[in-house]
Amino acid sequence: MGRYVIRRLLQMIPVFVGSTFLIFFMVYALGDPVAALFGDKAPDPATAAQIRHDLYLDHSLPAQYIHYMKNLFSGDFGQAFNGQSVTELMGSAFPVTIRLTIVAILFEIIIGILLGVVTGMRRGKPVDTGVLLLTLVVISVPTFVTGYVLQYLLGVKLQWTASSVSPSAPFNELILPGLVLALVSLAYVTRLTRTSIAENTRADYVRTAVAKGLPRRQVIVRHLLRNSLIPVVTFIGTDIGALMGGAIVTERIFNIHGVGYQLYQGILRNNSPTVVGFVTILVLVFLLANLLVDLLYAVLDPRIRYA
Amino acid sequence: MRGATRVKWAVGVVAVVLTAAACGGGSDSGGGSSGSGIVRASWADPQNPLEPADTNEVQGGKVLDMIFRGLKKYDPKTAKADNMIADSITTTDSQNFDIKLKPGWTFSNGEPVNADSFINAWNFGALLKNAQLNASFFSYIDGYDQVHPSATGAKSTATTMSGLKKVSDTEFTAKLNQKFALWPDTLGYSAFYPLPKVFFDNPTAWESKPIGDGPYTVTSYTKGSQMSLRKWDGYKGPDPAQNNGVDLRVYTDNNTAYTDLQAGNLDLVDDIPASQLQNVKSDLGSRYINVPAGIIQTIAFPLYDSRWSSANSAKVRQGLSMAIDRKTITQQIFQNTRTPATDWTSPVLGDAGGYKAGLCGDTCVFDAAKAKQLIQQGGGLPGGKITIGYNADTGSHKAWVDAVCNSINNVLGNNNACVGDPTGTFADFRNKITSKQMTNPFRAGWQMDYPLIQDFLQPLYYTNASSNDSHYSNPDFDNLVNQANGATNTGDAVSKYQDAEKLLITDMPAIPLWYQNGSAGYSTNLSNVALNPFSVPVYNEIKVK
Repeated sequence: MGRYVIRRLLQMIPVFVGSTFLIFFMVYALGDPVAALFGDKAPDPATAAQIRHDLYLDHSLPAQYIHYMKNLFSGDFGQAFNGQSVTELMGSAFPVTIRLTIVAILFEIIIGILLGVVTGMRRGKPVDTGVLLLTLVVISVPTFVTGYVLQYLLGVKLQWTASSVSPSAPFNELILPGLVLALVSLAYVTRLTRTSIAENTRADYVRTAVAKGLPRRQVIVRHLLRNSLIPVVTFIGTDIGALMGGAIVTERIFNIHGVGYQLYQGILRNNSPTVVGFVTILVLVFLLANLLVDLLYAVLDPRIRYA
Repeated sequence: MRGATRVKWAVGVVAVVLTAAACGGGSDSGGGSSGSGIVRASWADPQNPLEPADTNEVQGGKVLDMIFRGLKKYDPKTAKADNMIADSITTTDSQNFDIKLKPGWTFSNGEPVNADSFINAWNFGALLKNAQLNASFFSYIDGYDQVHPSATGAKSTATTMSGLKKVSDTEFTAKLNQKFALWPDTLGYSAFYPLPKVFFDNPTAWESKPIGDGPYTVTSYTKGSQMSLRKWDGYKGPDPAQNNGVDLRVYTDNNTAYTDLQAGNLDLVDDIPASQLQNVKSDLGSRYINVPAGIIQTIAFPLYDSRWSSANSAKVRQGLSMAIDRKTITQQIFQNTRTPATDWTSPVLGDAGGYKAGLCGDTCVFDAAKAKQLIQQGGGLPGGKITIGYNADTGSHKAWVDAVCNSINNVLGNNNACVGDPTGTFADFRNKITSKQMTNPFRAGWQMDYPLIQDFLQPLYYTNASSNDSHYSNPDFDNLVNQANGATNTGDAVSKYQDAEKLLITDMPAIPLWYQNGSAGYSTNLSNVALNPFSVPVYNEIKVK
């Protein structure tokens, strides 16, 4: 088990280097950021040259990449144009987005799996049809529509919740944004669980458990659910990364100053250190989430062993 | 027991993530509520460090205008430059200026505002090593070329400008390298604000909590998210804050700010989203402000390109100007938050300041028949079609560019004569323009730095000027600008500038489209809200109920 984890962690190193390399070059392709700093004025050449020098932009692209990596390994992710270090930006943005992701994942797990089990156990009944129809609607409506509509209804009209999130973004303010962020995935989780449950109710081990005279509750939770969750866990695991990186729309609607906000700002201002730094961390999050999923397989399915 | 170990692993990892997430959460700071006399206002993240000479956009500028006062201040209503810290600024030859300061002004840390505060701040702003974005504002001062040589890679040979001389604590002199009669009126711009000694000791520490000499002090500043400003009780100037403070909160999306205003979470929004312009009157009624600001939008031509450099091309440009139905576009697309332009300046200057309605004459008025005729006389559109370049990332330019093209296409009876040409990011768009890669007209916007006719003409149309995106060059125009700058009184200077402006009608280096308005909305908690000519709310005059 330990050796397996170490091997997986070591595999992340080439992925990490490769992704920073690709991202660095792609952001560079966006163009020279210095002209935009001057707004509608043409930069005066001496000041522009001085800024390029300060930002290490006056070197060749490979030299810039080596310089960036060198700093990276000493823990320096570079600086944004407003003078803040990217590590500082990460320190403020990631906790917020992680909290948002946790809220979203909890919604997915609790509501998604619950609905999945209920519909899976009552195939063809009105509950099943109703929930299926509902998930279809949720999947087909884009996030920004649900976001703005819920924000207006619950935040402005009914005043049940604040219409935007304050800068410190505590958990209780993130419930609505988390729900909006989770909605589409939640629908998928419901459908996945439903199908999986529906398939496994006919499995031999379930029939055995029922024949053994185990209480219904125990059959469902201990035997049926545990085995049906494997595809769902895979989905939720990969979804962690997607939610963290893909929260740009939700974060904009609810004015959450998280990862999506910093990425958006970085891209808009052609600020390569911000974009490369954040995306690199997101890549790591994806990798770790995948590792976590693989480890959870072993927990759910006794047949899977890692040596 | 293997299963149990695995569970422990998984639980461990989850616990680590949860702990990481919990850090920094829950500490709810700031966010003053109504009733405490605090204005809660929308903000956007300033692009650059909040140093006076390094701030060239509105978001940073609005903070500097709250925490600083300079030699002059522009009247929020008339845009006239009034003496603030300056007691008098006198000159006999429009080139050597004697600046006397009022005594008694201090920074909020108790340090006095004296001649050195200005001289040191200006020298810091001009010095090449500091790479300040507004350095060029000091370029009129004698000795600037030594402190800030213009060639790429050159080193400065001096650290202070020889044109600035201290006479006493309350008096200094400035020698310019050319005659510039209106120069004292430029001194209200934020680049010319004084700086306290603590700034020079440690600029980074100062930036994290700026100290100035204005009616507000910064009590807390979380970069990228919010800033709390409070009334400074020790402020002795004539314009103290009428409220207890301002909380600025960063919004990524102006739609959310507007929603927060409706929900009562915010008191003041100074950027009404385009999509809400139709509802804003019914939503806010008289709490919606829509007033002219010192911003003009134009379509500039790359006069360096052979397609636009021929003698006949000016006729085509005039024809294009007459082919644009400004009135309909400002009504339909901008819901009257723009006013059709009839000259190259802005109504906020006022008649005395050099604004002249209708200066452009018929050439800036829609006339389909005449437009078609002029374009044909000029040899038709170069290559039979044009594109209008714009940046697609901010400012929703697509809508009006498409409308302008549509108007031109209708006039010419050709659906392919004009199409929009988007560029992904503003940075890329500006790079193409400054490196002279444009071959077709492109959008250009100009927000004034200070309310002077000079600022609308010289930087944009003088030969090789800093924002002359068209690379327009007309010796007569340059000559008239020089005469205007050498004039001994403001009235003469303004009329010379207007003579120069008239040359733009025949040369048409840029088509004036419309004057942009500033718009804002506020909650019932506030009264006495107004926008100044820079489309920034006059924060210190806002009253909180």
